Amino acid sequence: MTSLAVNGVTCRGKVLTLDSMNPNVRRVEYAVRGPIVQRAVQIEKELREGVKKPFTEVIKANIGDAHAMGQKPITFFRQVLALCSYPDLLEDNKFPEDAKKRARRILDACGGHSIGAYSASQGIECIRQDVARYIEKRDGGIPSNPDNIYLSTGASDAIVTMLKLLVCGEGRDRTGVMISIPQYPLYSAALADLGAVQINYYLDEDKCWGLDVTELRRALNAAKQHCKPRVLCIINPGNPTGQVQSRECIEDVIRFAKEENLFLMADEVYQDNVYAKGCKFHSFKKVLFEMGPEYSSSLEMASFHSTSKCYMGECGFRGGYMEVLNMDPEVKAQLTKLVSVRLCPPVSGQAMLDLVVNPPLPDEPSYASYVKERTAVLAALAEKSHLTEEMFNTVPGITCNPVQGAMYTFPRITLPQKAIAKAQEEGQAPDMLYCMKLLEEEGICLVPGSGFGQKEGTFHFRMTILPPTEKLKVVLQKIRDFHLRFTQEFS
Amino acid sequence: MSVLQEISSNVKNMKTLEYSLLARWTKQIKEDLRQGVKKPFKEVIDVSWGDPHRGGVKPLTFVRQVLAACLYPQLMNGEKLPVDVRQRAQKLLDGCAGWSVGSYSATGGLPEIVQRVSEFISRRDGGVQSNPENIFLCCGSQWALTRILNVLVNAEAPYPTGVLTPAPCYSTTTLSIEGLGGVVVPYYLSEERGWELQVEELHRALESCKGACHPIALYVINPGNPAGQVQSRKSMQEVIRFASEKRLFLLADEVYQGCIYGEKEFVSYKRVLSEMGPPLSDTVELASFHSASKGFMGECGLRGGYVELVNLDPAVKKYIYTLFCADSSPPVLGQIALDLMTNPPQPGDPSYLLYYQETQHIRSTVVKNVKKACEVINSLQGFSCQAVEGGAFAFPRIHLPAKAIQKAKEAGMQPDTFYCLRLLEEAGVLASPGSDYGQEEGTFHIRFCILLPHDVLGELLQRLSDFHTQFMKDFS
Repeated sequence: MTSLAVNGVTCRGKVLTLDSMNPNVRRVEYAVRGPIVQRAVQIEKELREGVKKPFTEVIKANIGDAHAMGQKPITFFRQVLALCSYPDLLEDNKFPEDAKKRARRILDACGGHSIGAYSASQGIECIRQDVARYIEKRDGGIPSNPDNIYLSTGASDAIVTMLKLLVCGEGRDRTGVMISIPQYPLYSAALADLGAVQINYYLDEDKCWGLDVTELRRALNAAKQHCKPRVLCIINPGNPTGQVQSRECIEDVIRFAKEENLFLMADEVYQDNVYAKGCKFHSFKKVLFEMGPEYSSSLEMASFHSTSKCYMGECGFRGGYMEVLNMDPEVKAQLTKLVSVRLCPPVSGQAMLDLVVNPPLPDEPSYASYVKERTAVLAALAEKSHLTEEMFNTVPGITCNPVQGAMYTFPRITLPQKAIAKAQEEGQAPDMLYCMKLLEEEGICLVPGSGFGQKEGTFHFRMTILPPTEKLKVVLQKIRDFHLRFTQEFS
Repeated sequence: MSVLQEISSNVKNMKTLEYSLLARWTKQIKEDLRQGVKKPFKEVIDVSWGDPHRGGVKPLTFVRQVLAACLYPQLMNGEKLPVDVRQRAQKLLDGCAGWSVGSYSATGGLPEIVQRVSEFISRRDGGVQSNPENIFLCCGSQWALTRILNVLVNAEAPYPTGVLTPAPCYSTTTLSIEGLGGVVVPYYLSEERGWELQVEELHRALESCKGACHPIALYVINPGNPAGQVQSRKSMQEVIRFASEKRLFLLADEVYQGCIYGEKEFVSYKRVLSEMGPPLSDTVELASFHSASKGFMGECGLRGGYVELVNLDPAVKKYIYTLFCADSSPPVLGQIALDLMTNPPQPGDPSYLLYYQETQHIRSTVVKNVKKACEVINSLQGFSCQAVEGGAFAFPRIHLPAKAIQKAKEAGMQPDTFYCLRLLEEAGVLASPGSDYGQEEGTFHIRFCILLPHDVLGELLQRLSDFHTQFMKDFS
């Protein structure tokens, strides 16, 4: 019988203990909602209770949640969702016809005409068809088969499902999965949970977080010693780094994946979030097909998208999809079996996704307001991306690459040696010490770079560019002031 | 050579359900009907899922009005929606970041909703304390169950991890266990005794683990799925004592607690555990699951569920929390559905009367359905059904003639799959074969949903009895 003293409480004889639990789960971390956020929530509670602090609110710039920061939903989308939820509203003439048309179509595809019915595990068929059509349109006509589309509970669900499917083998044959450093920690969490081998390839901070194939090759060759590399994950536009891959780079990655027989996972949830001049989103699928049948008929790939980002910001709906390409039919059957275990993705999320891929057309009544709202959101993000880069680059000790896309900035911070030493004494990552102090002194919650991975000896933080412009300016100033103070304090 | 020739052995080991064959046939039949192909029926009655809305039961008006107002707050301007709807939507939106249901929530769910769920649990359990910190809202109860199983199933241990599950058992649960690399250890419910759980059978099942797997958990589902039994308090106490003695983590799936038809009352495992007093009440580790998918709400598609953890090691709970964090947060509409389920309109509220009428209608319909289904089935030769005390399904036994069993073998199918396929082709009814749930060797069953409008059930039973009578004749 094991006994364990935790906080003075002795847990004698528990069945589920640190020793008996799945050891993989102990390796799971997720910095975006990690200890710093828990402290932020605690501070918010203290503020509510009237505790005096040097600030009146906590600004949660840790998570890519646009609505939480005041961004408004797209009116048309919410109208359709309301109609789907409460179809009596279809009689209400305050709703435009194009919204009603879409609601009726979605409801017709639902069991019992209700979004409360389960859908097929792969997702509602007509929505998968709409997704396929959207992909075709986006990619200049390259065909997309609805049978290759799997709707999911956010893109995360589909990403984890694919990894679950692909990770196998024991010991030296254990599946290795390549992921960028820095990366979005869903990947590291999933790989830890699955007991897969994480193969890190470093993005080049000096080249605007660019990806070089020689680095991919280096990482792969080193990994071959101790695992079987089989998957290559790439996030484009990047998270946390925001880089938008050039077409040449995407071609290089595709060539590399084919040469090395790797399954390519292209996380493209930020595909509408492109701000920098000269940058353009190229879908991996489009580039693949434009490289000709030698690649397009053999490279195995999955592309992911979501309703949580871009201009919609509908994180709470958990809408998403993946498109799989060139998958062995027997393997696809296994994938279909695997997704059936989680029953079905939230139907409201599927409906939201349907509107994202099937927005008002130019001849429809809601088109003008839809375009206006969408443009305003993306323009505001673009403005904030430039503002952030400019501001951070004026601060000695902070360097910030251009925020080419996505929703984040990932500046590099120079930390005084004394601060690094203090952090090490306390068993903390130096950038965690920095961010914790920022939180306590200014009420700004960021995520330390150590939560995403970074080159040894470098430090960063990830901040979202989502707060409204005026608030963002204030946040940037406060961080600047804090950084100067911090540097002073530890000099 | 495709890189995907090798995939996860855990995934490969997951059973392929017999149902998938039936689902494919249904798709084809529906397509044929659309093309105008003549069949003995005009449409397929799909009763293979525990899905009331799919079957034709209407959503609750109050629920849908609140959801609509939360989705599109402009609806709250003016008097169109009842005042309690508007107030509830306002309150819910006040708890959402940025006043939008499109924001992420805290990992365990919107704090105000979690608080109200904990209060519901406490009320339900006669005042037994419920701590919101032990409650996680999630994307459906099965999602939470899979996550908890993920913590329990240790793929690196010398022996595979075993989880005791009932036979028959809801297939999603058994598939989840297999998918994680765990071993399903069946304990057979006693059909002749109304699908009673007998503790001697638990002992036998546990014995069977010796040398094969290391059993760590005991999963119970009450009310049952597919068999609609409601456990007695005495039986639950036996299970708790067994779990404690044999050092098993107790997983109590209680999603059908709102679906009770007979005289037996539902009592939660947490309550029974609490009332057994220390040391059991302080030591038996329990995870209880509930959902907005069943009961009167029937909001399966919204994906709202929760798990409550009892007596867990705080150090382990920290890791469970982090695991849930990586899933971001559960769908907000599903969370709202849970709030409405646990805090429905009260007498005096403007929406109460309609709410009461709608839920009473569903309740009386299902009670009628259960009675009729059992009567009809028990009146047929070669068909028998235990009392359906709760849950969403009837799980009658088909006493298949030897000829039919032989024919099925020749076709390379399980006998009850063969029956279900014939039922689908000839009568346009899609039910699930007992083979997918586990059953005593040599017995055969089908499962069909009884949460339906009464006339649809009537049609279903008519088709079923006509088909069954003919089938038994053909294979006698």
